[in-house]
Amino acid sequence: MSNSPSDEVLTRDGLSPQGTGRILLIACGALAHEILALKRRNGWDHMDLQCLPAKLHLYPDRITEEVEKAVARHRDDYARLFVVYADCGTGGQLQARCAELGVEMVAGPHCYSFFEGNDRFAAHDDEITAFYLTDFLVRQFDAFVWKPMGLDKHPELRDMIFGNYTKLVYQAQTDDPELRARAETCAARLGLAYEYRFTGYGDLRTALEEQAAKP
Amino acid sequence: MSDQEDDIILSELDDEELVQQMFDDLYDGLREEIEEGVNILLERGWEPYQILTEALVGGMTIVGKDFRDGILFVPEVLLAANAMKGGMAILKPLLAETGAPRVGKMVIGTVKGDIHDIGKNLVSMMMEGAGFEVVDLGINNAVEKYLAALETEQPDILGMSALLTTTMPYMKVVIDTLIEQGKRDDYVVLVGGAPLNEEFGKAIGADAYCRDAAVAVETAKDFMARKHNRLAAG
Repeated sequence: MSNSPSDEVLTRDGLSPQGTGRILLIACGALAHEILALKRRNGWDHMDLQCLPAKLHLYPDRITEEVEKAVARHRDDYARLFVVYADCGTGGQLQARCAELGVEMVAGPHCYSFFEGNDRFAAHDDEITAFYLTDFLVRQFDAFVWKPMGLDKHPELRDMIFGNYTKLVYQAQTDDPELRARAETCAARLGLAYEYRFTGYGDLRTALEEQAAKP
Repeated sequence: MSDQEDDIILSELDDEELVQQMFDDLYDGLREEIEEGVNILLERGWEPYQILTEALVGGMTIVGKDFRDGILFVPEVLLAANAMKGGMAILKPLLAETGAPRVGKMVIGTVKGDIHDIGKNLVSMMMEGAGFEVVDLGINNAVEKYLAALETEQPDILGMSALLTTTMPYMKVVIDTLIEQGKRDDYVVLVGGAPLNEEFGKAIGADAYCRDAAVAVETAKDFMARKHNRLAAG
């Protein structure tokens, strides 16, 4: 990840495109490391990447508008655009807007689903009390969970917010013992049982492979 | 909201100042101060219903507006709600004794597959504060549970909540079942939750989408007023 932007930058500012390649991926900043890793691994130099700030994850009602702005800004600069967001709490609005704009996007309700594989994730019928973290969210737990929920100042709110959850599932994109240890600590801080689940890149990989192979 | 407040002695304030101070204390989520304020007003002879509406609901309405405007966020609203709960716990038994006006009755619950209840709990509390009797079914409710509660409780309003894109379509399952059973028009159906919007509410056949607890209360009151007008005209 030495050439990757920092998590803090991805959270706050996102990532600007390089201006090269014929396909632009417009993605959530929380997916930048994974997309860059897939690009490097597969030599997808014809795909450029722009990331919107990952903090939009906290304000899903703003995602659709920000994606639309990015599409409008770059649509003349690339042969094709692909939106690397799932529904992500937009209640179908992002899907509808992408359809209007004639732009494809990743299928699924959210990244927890597509990292595990949408079909496999949907087959869980015993996980409604699971709280998920990805690699990015384990690293950015304080910025995306602890502080926005006010638990840094008011730890007494924990059970009001997380009282209905029973376990934290760490969906690992990479096999990293340090992240595993941090995820376990996150579970303990939330008062939840801990489960480790290696997912790799799941449907994100297949969705990008399809885009990369298109003429 | 300032250091000066450390020196404020609630019992030394006149009624108007005390209510204003309780607005501030609710805003700051100070449960003990709210409980103290409620007790002082009771000692001064205020009716429980007046304390509820003027001090607590009045204060929470300000919190609700600032939440809607992006000035306050979920943690602050939760703290305020917790403070209001403290006041409500004192008033509830007294309200039952003194016979507060009842605006209507609501059955509310989070839909099947969804455990998120922060918004639903706020709505329940604000509806109670506005004079509604609320039967809260909790989380993860299947259609059968909604139907059984409607049958038993005979409410005016059914409220459904969902936080997940994957669970919100279940609201339509409940509404469609009501239609199939010829019961849809017996209830006002209000829906809410972060990923919902007005369009979705219309598409599934709800009577209204409520973007937050304050809107839910106003919408419920409007529907009850219409119902009363219809009954009066009929």
